[in-house]
Parts: sequence; structure tokens; C-alpha cells
Amino acid sequence: MRKDRGPEHRWHDMGGLEAGSINNDSHDFAIWEKRVDALLTLSTKKGLFTVDGLRRVLEDMGEEAFETMSYYERWVSSINQNLIEAGIYSLDELGEKMAEVKARGETYGEAQEDKT
Amino acid sequence: MILDNGSRVKIKDKSPPGHIRTPKYIRGKVGIIERCVGIFKNPEQLAYSLNANEYGLYRVRFKMTELWDDYTEGQNDTLDAEVFAHWIEEIKNAA
Amino acid sequence: MPHDHHEHLSPSGHPYRKDNDEPLTYWQTMEISIRELMIEKGKFSALEITEQIDLMDSRSPAHGAAVVAKAWIDPEFKKRLLQNGAKTVAELGFDLGPMHLVAVENTANVHNLVVCTLCSCYPRNLLGLPPDWYKTREYRSRAVKEPRSVLSEFGVILPEKTTVRVHDSTADMRYIVLPKRPKHTAGLTEDELASLVTRDSMIGTGVVKELP
Repeated sequence: MRKDRGPEHRWHDMGGLEAGSINNDSHDFAIWEKRVDALLTLSTKKGLFTVDGLRRVLEDMGEEAFETMSYYERWVSSINQNLIEAGIYSLDELGEKMAEVKARGETYGEAQEDKT
Repeated sequence: MILDNGSRVKIKDKSPPGHIRTPKYIRGKVGIIERCVGIFKNPEQLAYSLNANEYGLYRVRFKMTELWDDYTEGQNDTLDAEVFAHWIEEIKNAA
Repeated sequence: MPHDHHEHLSPSGHPYRKDNDEPLTYWQTMEISIRELMIEKGKFSALEITEQIDLMDSRSPAHGAAVVAKAWIDPEFKKRLLQNGAKTVAELGFDLGPMHLVAVENTANVHNLVVCTLCSCYPRNLLGLPPDWYKTREYRSRAVKEPRSVLSEFGVILPEKTTVRVHDSTADMRYIVLPKRPKHTAGLTEDELASLVTRDSMIGTGVVKELP
């Protein structure tokens, strides 16, 4: 685990820290990732929350999330937190829906309602 | 506070624990105003779904040698960052 | 059970798409659930989501390259671009929406490099989604402290006399680097010039292609 620099220098404030060589790999975005990206753009466009709120939650999720979750996994988690705080849906509604989606099948394709 | 291009400024060295957009490495450092890029809502308030005050947003230019004690690359190299007015102190020349 | 990738149908009975045959994860379940809840509650429609994805897919470095090529051949366009990025690229039909754009120019003695140390801010509405490396700890940490070392990892070696200017996208501006026009290109069309402009040259971690 990285050394905690204390509350005056938060984990995400990375300018100037010691770090290794840059991995040049990139990946094509999966459809679910593009959908997460679209969720953010549409939500902010419609004024449901702000990109500042997205960032604030990402920061508050902490360094371990940065190390263990992918970029869009963290985004969907943050988008959810922001929508819950905005009262767009309740945790209970989300819980019920997630259970319903999960029951549809083993793969991402099967879990989508619109099976095209 | 209206800052002209070229004015010498110092970035305030405060460190509240929430969503701020002034990186640690420029806090307490001296730079010059490169330009004002407009008036924008304070992200420190937007992030918490609060009504936000508006502040002037400035690109501030720092010498790398000002930011880093051990900077060994080009001695004229610079770093520009966007800083909100409430983080900037004007350095006035002595009368 | 492994499936035969030569078939056109996946086990679900639909056309094979690698994405759709992944085992469902918790976060994917969340994505589907949020999307459906939002649609059910009338916050947006399925069509709006699809259109937004298509819009984002349509944005690519080719758009930035067209802007750069125009700036190379048209000095008045370049002047306007350096003054107000978003308003000027709109002249070429690129609608950046609410995004603000600052173009920074490479010259004989200045090389620019763009980073977001606090997260991953990038001129996405012009260039499309950022590359993974732009979002890494390593790039975000080192670009503002040892830019030439970072550049050398990308294969960019600058002459000694060059001044490096790093731009940290800390707030509402997004940045595009206007690379130098390569030599021996006087006879090229705007499209031919645009084909020399790489994505990385517009972030500052690359250079434009030279003519042989």
C-alpha cells in the first residue's frame, strides 16, 4: 500500500510524485463502457449532477479503488452515487433492478433487456 | 481582484480536505498570470450540489525551477495551470 | 463452454459480439440497471443513449488533425484558433458543445505537453476518448516534473535549446497542441497535411509524420 501523505495532499493529486515508466497499452472501449460514458454525458447535460460531483466521488472512493477497479467501473460507481444523492432513484429501486438484471443470464448480452 | 497578464502572483497554501482543483505542487508557489480564461462556477461547491459562486479563472505560468528544487531539465521550462481567483494572492511591488 | 468463433451466432443466439459474451460483472449489472431505471423514469430515452454513443464514436483525432492542417495553411484561422479554440473549430463544423478549448502552439523553440494531474481531463469533444496511458498514475505524476524524461519514453527527443511548456488541465479549459508543420510540405493539400498529424502530436507526446 502506498504511503499516505496525509489529508493535506490527497491521493489523487498526483503531480510530481515518484512513479515508474509509462505503460503505452491501450484498449478499445467495450460497449458497456461507452454506455457508462453516455450515462455521464446525458446526466450532466440534463443537469442531474455535475462532472465536479463525478470527480468528488471518484476522489472519495480512495486510492484502493484506483488500483483495483477499471476506469469505467469507477465511473459507474460514481455516477450511481451521484444519482442516489440527487434522488433520481432509491437504493431499493436499484437493488431490485440489479437482482432482476442479474437473473436474466450469465453474460452481458443476456442481461440486456433489449436483445438486439 | 482583476489580474493583468504578466502580474506576479502567489498561490495560497491552504489545504482543505475536499474537492479542490489547486494541485499541491503549485500551492505556495509564485508565478505570473498568462491570461484570464473567463468566469466560472466554483467546482468546490458544484461538487457538493450547492449553488456555486463564480470566480475569475486564470492560467498561471510557473517556472519549473520554482516548482521543483531538483529540476534538472531545461532551465526555462514552464508549467501552466488554471487557478481560480480565490486561490491567488497578488504580489504588489513595494512602493 | 468455449464457443467456436467461426460461427456467426454466439451462445445467446445473437450475432457474435465479443462484448456481449463476457461473463456479467457487478458493475456491468449496475450499468444496465441505471440505464433502464433512467429510461423508465423518463430521464432520457434509449435512443438518446445510442445517439450519444454514436456522437462520441464520431469524434476522433481526425477532427483535430483537420484543425491543425487548416491552421498550417491559413494564418488568420490560426490566429483565431489561438485566441478562441472552440469558437474557431466550429468554423470547420466541429461542435464542441460546452467544452472550452485552448490551442497551444509548438514553435522552433517551444514544445507543449498536456496532462491532467488531478484526473483525466482531455479535449474529448474534439479528439474523442483519451488513451489509457493519459489516465495512468505514471503519466499524471511525471509529466509535470520530468517532461523530457516522459517524452523520451514516447520516443520524442527535443533539441537542447527547446523550452518545454507543460499544461495541467486543472479546471474548465481543455488543450490541444498545435504541432509544427513539417518541412517540404508546401505542395500538399489540406487533407494530405491532416494525414500527417498524429493524435499524440496534439497531446504533445508525439510528433507529426515527416515526408520521406
